[in-house]
Amino acid sequence: MPTKLPPWVNFGLLPLLNLGMAFLVAGLIVVVLGENPFAAMRLLVFGAFGYGEAVGYTFFYATNFIFTGLAVALAFQCGLFNIGGEGQAYIGGLGVGLAGIWLGHWPAPIGLVVGIMAAAAFGGAWGFIPGWLQARRGSHTVITTIMLNFIAASLMTYLLVNPLRRPGQQIPESMTFDERMWLPQLSTVLRDLGYDIGRSPLNAALLLALVCCVLYWLFIWKTRAGYEMRVVGRSEPAAVYGGISPARQIMIAMTLSGALAGLMSLNEVLGAQHRLTLGFTGGYGFVGIAVALMGRNHPIGIVLAALLFGALYQGGSELAFDMPKINKDMVVVIQGLVILFAGALEHMFRPWLEARFARPALPAAAVA
Amino acid sequence: MSGAGGDGRTSGAPPAIELLGIDKSFGPVHANDDIHLTVEAGTIHGIVGENGAGKSTLMNIVYGFYQADSGIIRVDGEERAIRSPEDAIEAGIGMVHQHFMLVEPFTVLENILLGAEGGWTLKAGKARAREALLRLEQDYALEVDIDARIADLPVGIQQRVEILKALFRGARVLILDEPTGVLTPQEADHLFRILRNLKEQGRTVILITHKLREIMAATDTVSVMRQGAMVAHRRTADTTTEELAELMVGRKVLLRVDKQPARPGSPVLEVEHLEVVDEQGVRRVKDVSFTVRAGEIVGIAGVAGNGQSELLEALSGIRRPSGGRVLLHGEPLADAADCRLKKLGHVPEDRLRMGLVRGFPAYENAILGYQLLPAYAEHGFLKKRSIIARCLDWMQGYDVRPAAPHLQATSFSGGNQQKLVLAREMEHDPDLLLVGQPTRGVDIGAIEFIHKRLVAMRDAGKAILLVSVELDEIMSLADRIIVMFDGTITGEVDQAEATARGLGLLMAGISNEAA
Repeated sequence: MPTKLPPWVNFGLLPLLNLGMAFLVAGLIVVVLGENPFAAMRLLVFGAFGYGEAVGYTFFYATNFIFTGLAVALAFQCGLFNIGGEGQAYIGGLGVGLAGIWLGHWPAPIGLVVGIMAAAAFGGAWGFIPGWLQARRGSHTVITTIMLNFIAASLMTYLLVNPLRRPGQQIPESMTFDERMWLPQLSTVLRDLGYDIGRSPLNAALLLALVCCVLYWLFIWKTRAGYEMRVVGRSEPAAVYGGISPARQIMIAMTLSGALAGLMSLNEVLGAQHRLTLGFTGGYGFVGIAVALMGRNHPIGIVLAALLFGALYQGGSELAFDMPKINKDMVVVIQGLVILFAGALEHMFRPWLEARFARPALPAAAVA
Repeated sequence: MSGAGGDGRTSGAPPAIELLGIDKSFGPVHANDDIHLTVEAGTIHGIVGENGAGKSTLMNIVYGFYQADSGIIRVDGEERAIRSPEDAIEAGIGMVHQHFMLVEPFTVLENILLGAEGGWTLKAGKARAREALLRLEQDYALEVDIDARIADLPVGIQQRVEILKALFRGARVLILDEPTGVLTPQEADHLFRILRNLKEQGRTVILITHKLREIMAATDTVSVMRQGAMVAHRRTADTTTEELAELMVGRKVLLRVDKQPARPGSPVLEVEHLEVVDEQGVRRVKDVSFTVRAGEIVGIAGVAGNGQSELLEALSGIRRPSGGRVLLHGEPLADAADCRLKKLGHVPEDRLRMGLVRGFPAYENAILGYQLLPAYAEHGFLKKRSIIARCLDWMQGYDVRPAAPHLQATSFSGGNQQKLVLAREMEHDPDLLLVGQPTRGVDIGAIEFIHKRLVAMRDAGKAILLVSVELDEIMSLADRIIVMFDGTITGEVDQAEATARGLGLLMAGISNEAA
């Protein structure tokens, strides 16, 4: 989306305004519920950043959002709308889960590394399907990725209720993996550095997510492959003219996007639960769309947006706990408002800002 | 100089449009600098100027899209505050934009009714509109099937719908912005007949264009703009294309192409029995064979839509031919990427859709199609610094203004965009250059430059295939002219023997033998 706005407005002021609107409306709802919105806000912020364990949880959730946000953003670069992050993450979890069940006896880092690769491979394969369908059959990814989310959910339910269920157990979840398959927790490292994040499950997946941010940035803006993908995203006729096959790029983009979404499962499955559970994706795949939108498809923006949503998740549950009139659904409403204002209503302030901050265009652009 | 447009008219009626001291800046850019303009009622008034001279800005101010920083607009002698297109329509001003604003799946009637439906149900409004439209069509000889879907109509007719729409809203002053950019010469002539009809019925027409021939053919009076200022007003009968061109550019301009006779060498491109079928299964190119030799420019003339575009796409590897062969230096070509590696350059007809990626900076556009060359990437990583350096180099060599590689492609004017594409395709030193509509939407100064470059390239022993719907361009540039009609070649003429009349017959499908 070409913009006439200077970067600090586009990447700074506009998202802040959108966020401010979301909190304003949320505050009004809190008032209607008969609570003090400022107190609620204070509880929310304290719940997210007020003490070590809260910060740990906030970053733990943010890790999920970084992965799914990157997944959506990468597909965006190729002009694709990947709404299938949820399903791709779920199937990525299947890869991790199988590795966890089968490779637990392998020597320490090897099983883990294979598990990480399995997460990317399974998620990537699940992303490749809609990519192939669009490239070769013209089925729109928006439709196919949504449908594949349902298929992924059904498949995982079947697997967890039947073959993967822990023997002798009624709960639809797998056995607990061997400790060799657990991702290292950051709490110990941070405690040595003098910072206590309590019992929060923050783990090495965060570091992997940040590595993915750097790789994403390098790939999209620094490599020839990323260039070709962006050309397709901007203009298919120009790509064909330039000897770039849109079909090929679409399949590559969806596969990579699926792989990034698949990696999200590491954080939950290998980093926190240490077993495969039903519905561990918890909607993170969908929120990834809002994260990518808010983060302007740029890794730094995505990390910031992911932190925001991580804080909303963590702070929100504390808020629901401490303010009886605000239940968990209310927290979902606040998150929904942020998504609404940051995503769907993103263009509400843009024309107004453009009228004020429009970068002095060139003679040609201004006059033509 | 304000009254000059009205010289020689003695009617007591106030001028249809009067602009006094219109001033408009976009940031540091002074797009309109103290503009005075008088357009007499019942005339066709032309406004010429190069791309970026401020013509469109001025008219967008009159139509209420922009507000002037200062200045007065008078309509029929009465001062008007025009803050939006609604105000302009209210004042009796209508505008036909360069890019039509029509809803494609809707019918002509539905489009014209948009925004003027009146009432909760469409029926009454439709009946009323139908009656009014039929009357308008009769009065102005604007034949349009009002129940046809817009998507099914050719552009020339779509433009008539836009005109009808403006008239239906009661426009007494009609502004047309570069109306012939999308038209064939025949359609353009028809448009001018319609404009004359409008004038005879007492309406006023303002025609914005950068094509001098149209000014001479269609207008009564003309105003010239240059760099945001109004530099002259003339009565069309009292001026010449040469004078207008000089006023527009600010210096003497060579309208003819200066070149020596060609010295063709060995064949570079051989096309044998080429067949192209489009997505709808229509045969677009039928059994076309020809050769382009080193050191010559072969022009393909024809009315737009007679298979030239598809031919160009097939030759450049964008579209797969359904039959026949294309040989470059005796070797077949695979796809667009392969063409580039085999030294085939291609300046596409539609530079904004194909030749450039909107939203990409100039330097990223400077390697489009050549991204596989080792000069631009090492171990898969783009050599950004050297790409930028090269881009800057080309921009300076081809006089692309401003020479700013980081600027977005769409921020450049049409002429500068085209020079950028041309630089990219020429600087990769192709043996064969395919050029489609090289000067479409390009200002006079740039046209002169582009033509010189093409001739210089020919003289350096390169083969050039030029496809253009501008007959003047083909006749002055091409050494040999091939005429296409309905997908076939209807004739081939040497430049020395080419006449507009002869080519015109071939373009209409009347081949040499028959004529």
